[in-house]
Amino acid sequence: MAKFEYAPAPESRAVVDIKSSYGLFIGGEFVDPADGTSFKSINPSNEEVLADIAEARQADIDAAVKAARDAHTRTWAKLSGRDRGKYLFRIARIIQERARELAVLESLDNGKPIRESRDVDIPLVAAHFFYYAGWADKLDYAGFGPDPKPYGVAGQIIPWNFPMLMLAWKIAPALATGNTVVLKPAETTPLTALLFAEICQQADLPPGVVNIVTGAGDTGRLLVEHPGVDKVAFTGSTEVGKAIARSVAGTEKKATLELGGKAANIIFDDAPIDQAIEGIVNGIFFNQGHVCCAGSRLLVQESIYDDVLTSLKRRLGTLRVGDPLDKNTDVGAINSAEQLTRIRELSEVGEAEGAERWSPECELPERGFWFPPTVFTGVSQAHRIAREEIFGPVLSVLTFRTPAEAVEKANNTPYGLSAGVWTDKGSRILWMSQQLRAGVVWANTFNRFDPTSPFGGYKESGYGREGGRHGLQAYLKVDEAA
Amino acid sequence: MSERLAVKKTYKLYIGGKFPRSESGRSYQVADAKGNFLANAAYASRKDARDAVAAARKAFPGWSGATAYNRGQVLYRVAEVMEGRRAQFVDEVAAGEGLSRGKAEKSVDEAIDRWVWYAGWSDKIAQVIGSSNPVAGPYFDFSVPEPTGVVAVLAPQRSSLLGLVSVLAPVLVSGNTAVVASSYERPLPAITLSEVLATSDVPGGVANILTGRLADTAPTLASHMDVNAIDLTGAAGDHAHAAELELAAAENLKRVVRAPGEEPDFTPEPGLGRIASFLETKTVWHPVGI
Repeated sequence: MAKFEYAPAPESRAVVDIKSSYGLFIGGEFVDPADGTSFKSINPSNEEVLADIAEARQADIDAAVKAARDAHTRTWAKLSGRDRGKYLFRIARIIQERARELAVLESLDNGKPIRESRDVDIPLVAAHFFYYAGWADKLDYAGFGPDPKPYGVAGQIIPWNFPMLMLAWKIAPALATGNTVVLKPAETTPLTALLFAEICQQADLPPGVVNIVTGAGDTGRLLVEHPGVDKVAFTGSTEVGKAIARSVAGTEKKATLELGGKAANIIFDDAPIDQAIEGIVNGIFFNQGHVCCAGSRLLVQESIYDDVLTSLKRRLGTLRVGDPLDKNTDVGAINSAEQLTRIRELSEVGEAEGAERWSPECELPERGFWFPPTVFTGVSQAHRIAREEIFGPVLSVLTFRTPAEAVEKANNTPYGLSAGVWTDKGSRILWMSQQLRAGVVWANTFNRFDPTSPFGGYKESGYGREGGRHGLQAYLKVDEAA
Repeated sequence: MSERLAVKKTYKLYIGGKFPRSESGRSYQVADAKGNFLANAAYASRKDARDAVAAARKAFPGWSGATAYNRGQVLYRVAEVMEGRRAQFVDEVAAGEGLSRGKAEKSVDEAIDRWVWYAGWSDKIAQVIGSSNPVAGPYFDFSVPEPTGVVAVLAPQRSSLLGLVSVLAPVLVSGNTAVVASSYERPLPAITLSEVLATSDVPGGVANILTGRLADTAPTLASHMDVNAIDLTGAAGDHAHAAELELAAAENLKRVVRAPGEEPDFTPEPGLGRIASFLETKTVWHPVGI
């Protein structure tokens, strides 16, 4: 089938006003870092420099934690739940009002298609604030006993794959429960977090309740290790997650960790195949595969293997890879040169270990960081591309014969974040869900997110849940009496 | 130069998203707490009550089928729009209830905040009172709350706005639709509230508001076979009347919130009782197996 021709349909970036440089957001104001160092945030689709970003070091982290502590003691802890909720409702509304601006900025800084930032990320961000706004004065009903208390100051570190959404997942429940926060966005995607700081100002949020410190891994480490932080919340790699677990060991600090994954997406022979193909594509090529819960291991029942592969390849041939700001784009840019290198390396290992590599024909832009949608067949469980998180648009295909074998293979991983099951049989969906050691199981769908629905992993995918009623637990002293 | 002559407002019923006069053509005089004339309010008839039930039934599939998130947004929007007409509500509550300006302001503010409180429950109530049930067998079993349907609400007679919001919002938040019989002597805030509802993305027919005597509308609502539940709060203190209504409601086993001995103070934060009163619990079983 010939590919449809599309005229370019770029979203205007005029809606966004990017400053040439950004300070740190501490105590309700943008301030210069104590020793004045900075780094650059670039547009990964064309390597254009977007802005100079301040790098927070020890003195800055000290100031941010102090601002958060002061805000907690002096204002936030004294406010009623109703008033905390009202601030969060305001923030939710401003996010809805400035949604297009946030979406464009997210696509510029991250490289994800505007269709996703506009229709998925930002609406979910607003919904998340709206949802937790409602909880702020209802904590007595959340099932953790009467009058549950916040920890105090939360140090939060978020990744670059869903910059605003991860910010919402961290900040909304923390504020609703009465904590104040110091949040560090990823060094490659700080811009929407800095725009969020402006939104906090527009909402008249008391100074110091939200502080945004920018920087790379070292900045994050300083935040995690800071003695003034009561609670650490991290989303990112399992490697760093383990370092954080070691760092808080023996201290009073609490941690919740949302880490890597290597999800199995399991297709049974009675599955609705066309829907399953869409689910497979959404599972691994959504957000360029930069998704911790991505369905990166496709497990196909042997009897339908040929049909699934044929349909899948045909479908991949219609994916449009290119300008993230083009409204027709399906797959955008890889977020950074570093990530591109990792995806390339692991893909080469896949070939070297004997798997067969396939990509649809697609022209990639010359500048920027790009990787075509890629499928590996003939993958065995021992292959590194079946074991390690690639965090890119790369799918490893394995097969199985029986449900028991599917479970065995799906669980054969140190991770346990998510899984997908495709079958027409309801009882099998529920049986599989019981057997799978994963925190989220999607049945006949994939990569669904909702503020009411708890998300988080088993095993080395981390601990704690974000979203839903369960997400409150991460920010409340619920085990005090235990 | 003479003073500008004010344009006086006509207070009408609110049925199916429209503002009709009573089909009876009747109205009654509404006075402030000191007995001064305020307005002529529509005198709803039994036919108006039946029309309102029909409108509520028609609106039920859409409203109960909307996502909880959407309903929460709409109820929050009601609070936003009320905030914009705060001064008007304060005037009406102060005049009707004979309150000082300060007390009327407090009461109106609480009424606005009550919408916000209930808006937040839309997508949480199922998480708090629903359950997954560990039955002893290979079944996945869960229980979810669902709205009961069309709810008739006899609004408090004294607390004309805060009381009204406190009985209406918990009916709407879970997806029920409502027919409200407002306070007889203090109906103006109810009609102004209906104008807020009409401009707050609340679909027409979801909330219907009648002014007039309970003696005319309440028996019709209590005995109506297409009404699923009735809140008798507005008959507080009139045990005999409330008992009659409860008797009529028994005919199709309406869920009944009984009339209290006297009208409660609506100022404190409510619990979940009112939301739960208008919910059904649905339990689903599904086998688990290969």
